[in-house]
Amino acid sequence: MVALDDPRLAGDRDAQARLTMLALSGALVLTALLSLSHGASGVSLGSLVQALTSGEAMPARDRLILWEIRLPRMLTGVVVGASLAVAGAVMQGLFRNPLADPGLVGVGAGAGLGAVLAIVLGGLAPLWLTQAVGYHLVSVAAFLGGWASTLILYRVATRSGRTSVATMLLAGIALGALAGAVTGVLVYIADDRQLRDLTFWGLGSLGGASWPKLMAAGPVMLLALVAAPFLARGLNGLALGEAAAHHIGLPVQRVKAVAILTVAAATGAGVAIAGGIGFIGIVVPHLLRLATGPDHRFLLINAGLAGATLLLLADLIARSIIAPAELPIGIVTATLGAPVFLWILLRRRGLVDL
Amino acid sequence: MLIAQDIRVSLGKTAVLHGITAEARPGEVTVIVGPNGSGKTTLLRALTGDVAYGGQVSLNGQDCARLRPWELAAMRGVLPQASALAFPFTVAEVVRLGLTAAAHGARTDLVPRALVAVDMGGFAARLYQELSGGQQARVQLARVLVQVWEPVVAGVPRWLFLDEPVASLDIAHQLDVVRLMRDFAARGGGVITVLHDLNLTAMAADRVWLMDQGQLTGQGPVHEVLTDTALERAYGCPLRVGRLPPSGGWFSLPQAAGAA
Repeated sequence: MVALDDPRLAGDRDAQARLTMLALSGALVLTALLSLSHGASGVSLGSLVQALTSGEAMPARDRLILWEIRLPRMLTGVVVGASLAVAGAVMQGLFRNPLADPGLVGVGAGAGLGAVLAIVLGGLAPLWLTQAVGYHLVSVAAFLGGWASTLILYRVATRSGRTSVATMLLAGIALGALAGAVTGVLVYIADDRQLRDLTFWGLGSLGGASWPKLMAAGPVMLLALVAAPFLARGLNGLALGEAAAHHIGLPVQRVKAVAILTVAAATGAGVAIAGGIGFIGIVVPHLLRLATGPDHRFLLINAGLAGATLLLLADLIARSIIAPAELPIGIVTATLGAPVFLWILLRRRGLVDL
Repeated sequence: MLIAQDIRVSLGKTAVLHGITAEARPGEVTVIVGPNGSGKTTLLRALTGDVAYGGQVSLNGQDCARLRPWELAAMRGVLPQASALAFPFTVAEVVRLGLTAAAHGARTDLVPRALVAVDMGGFAARLYQELSGGQQARVQLARVLVQVWEPVVAGVPRWLFLDEPVASLDIAHQLDVVRLMRDFAARGGGVITVLHDLNLTAMAADRVWLMDQGQLTGQGPVHEVLTDTALERAYGCPLRVGRLPPSGGWFSLPQAAGAA
C-alpha cells in the first residue's frame, strides 16, 4: 500500500545529496589525515593516529613538523579549497551560469591586483592604515580587489535582471587584462624580495602556509563559508530569473549583495594566502550538480567539503610527483581542471547558445 | 480587491500606458484583452511591480509599493510570459520553489497535487530542461499554484497574475487552464490574466479590460465590453460577435476581407 503522507517526493534528490554530504565529510577527514602524515620526514599515518588516540606524547621533532609545518598547510588547504569551490558555486548561482568562475572571469585577477598592490606599495601606505590592518593588509586589499571586480562584472553583464553570459565572459577578459597590465607595472617596479612573493602568487601554492598567514586570511574565508549556506534559498530562486525570484518572496537585491560580498571574501582571502589556484571553483560545483542536482541547500555545503578534499589531494600530488622538489599547486589544478572545463563547454554547446 | 489608480508607464520617452484606472474583484476572473502593443502585458507588469510605474496599485487594501517581497508573495502568485531556468532542476524541484516564502516545513504534498492539476502528474522526476515548451509552461503554472494553493487564507483572498498562461498550450490544456482559473475564483480567489483568444476570454472571464493604444477603452462583463464595434475599433478588422444556440455562450468570429 502506498502511504499517502509519504514524505518522500518523486523527483526530490534531497536524500541523495545528504548521503553525498556524509561521504564527502568522510573523504575530507581521511584526506586531511593523509595530508598530515605525508611528507619528507617520517611522521607516518600510523604514528599520527596512535598519537591522537593514545594521548601519548610524540617526539619533539615530530611534533614540531606536525604543528608548525604540516598542520597550518593542511588547514590552509582546507579553507582555501572550500572557499574556491564555494565562491565558484555562489558566483554560478548569481550569474545563473555554470561557467561563471571567479578565476576565469577576472575576479581572481582583481583580487590578485589588490594583493600585489599591497605587497609592492604596502610600505607607502600611511602609518595609521598599516597599524589598523597590520598583517591583514594583503587579505583586505585582495578582498577589495575581488569585490570591486565582481561588482563591475555584475553591473556590466546584467541588464534588467538578465545576465548575458557572453558579456560576462568578455568583460571578465577585459578586467583580467586590465588587472594583468597594472600588475605588470607593479612587477616592473618591484624589488627582488617582492618579486619572489609575486612569482609564488601567479602560480598558486600552499608552500608558504604558516600560522600568521592563516590567522590573517582564515577568518575572512570562514566568514564567507558560514554565510554561503544562508544564500541557498536565494540562489535557488534566482535560477528562475530575478523577477520570478522576487515574486516567490525573496529579497533579491539583498541576496545579490550578500552573494557578491561572499564571492569577493572567499576569492580575495583565498588568493591572498595561496595565490591563483584555478578551476576548483568550476569543476567541483559542476560535478556535484551532475551527481545530486543544483539545489544550493546541499550544493554549497557539499562544494565546500569536496573543494577542500580536492585541493588537499592536488597538494599531495604537487608534493610527491617530483619529490623532494615541489610543483606549484596551481599547475596541478589547471592540468586536471582545464580539460573538465572544455568538456563542460562541449556538452553545453548543443544545449544553449552562449 | 485590486485597485489600480492612474497607472502610467513610459519606456524611454514613449508613454506606453496613459493613466489607467481599473479594479478587479476577488471571486472573479478578470481578463485583459487587446491588440498587440496595446499595453496588456505592460499593464499586468505594472500591477505586479515588474516595471516602474506612476500611480498606485493596491491589493486587499494595501499599497503594493510598500509591501516586502515575502508579504506580496504570501498574497499573490505571478506567472511571467516567459520563464527561463538556469540549472538542471527536476520538475518537482522547480514546483517546490513556489513554496520558498511559505513557513518552514511547508506542505511539500502540494507539489504532486499541483502537478496533477496541470496534467503533469507523471513528470515529477524528469529534468525541467528536457520538457517541451508547453510542458515547461504547465510546470511553471504549477509552481505559481502551490504558492497560493488556498484561494482564501484567514478571510483574505489571494491572487493569481497570469501573463498569457495558454500561449504555448494545445487546446485541451488551454481549457484546463481556463478551468483552473474559474475554480480558483469560484473558491474566493482573484485571477487577473492576459489572453489573446477572444473565445477563450469569453469562457474564462467574469470581467474584461479592453486595452487599446495604452488606454483602457472598456471594463465590465464580456457581453457589455466585447461588442462588434468596440472590437472592430480596437483590432482594426471586422469581427462578428454571436451566441451559441443551446447555452447562450458568447463567441466571436473574424471576417476575412472578401469572404462572404
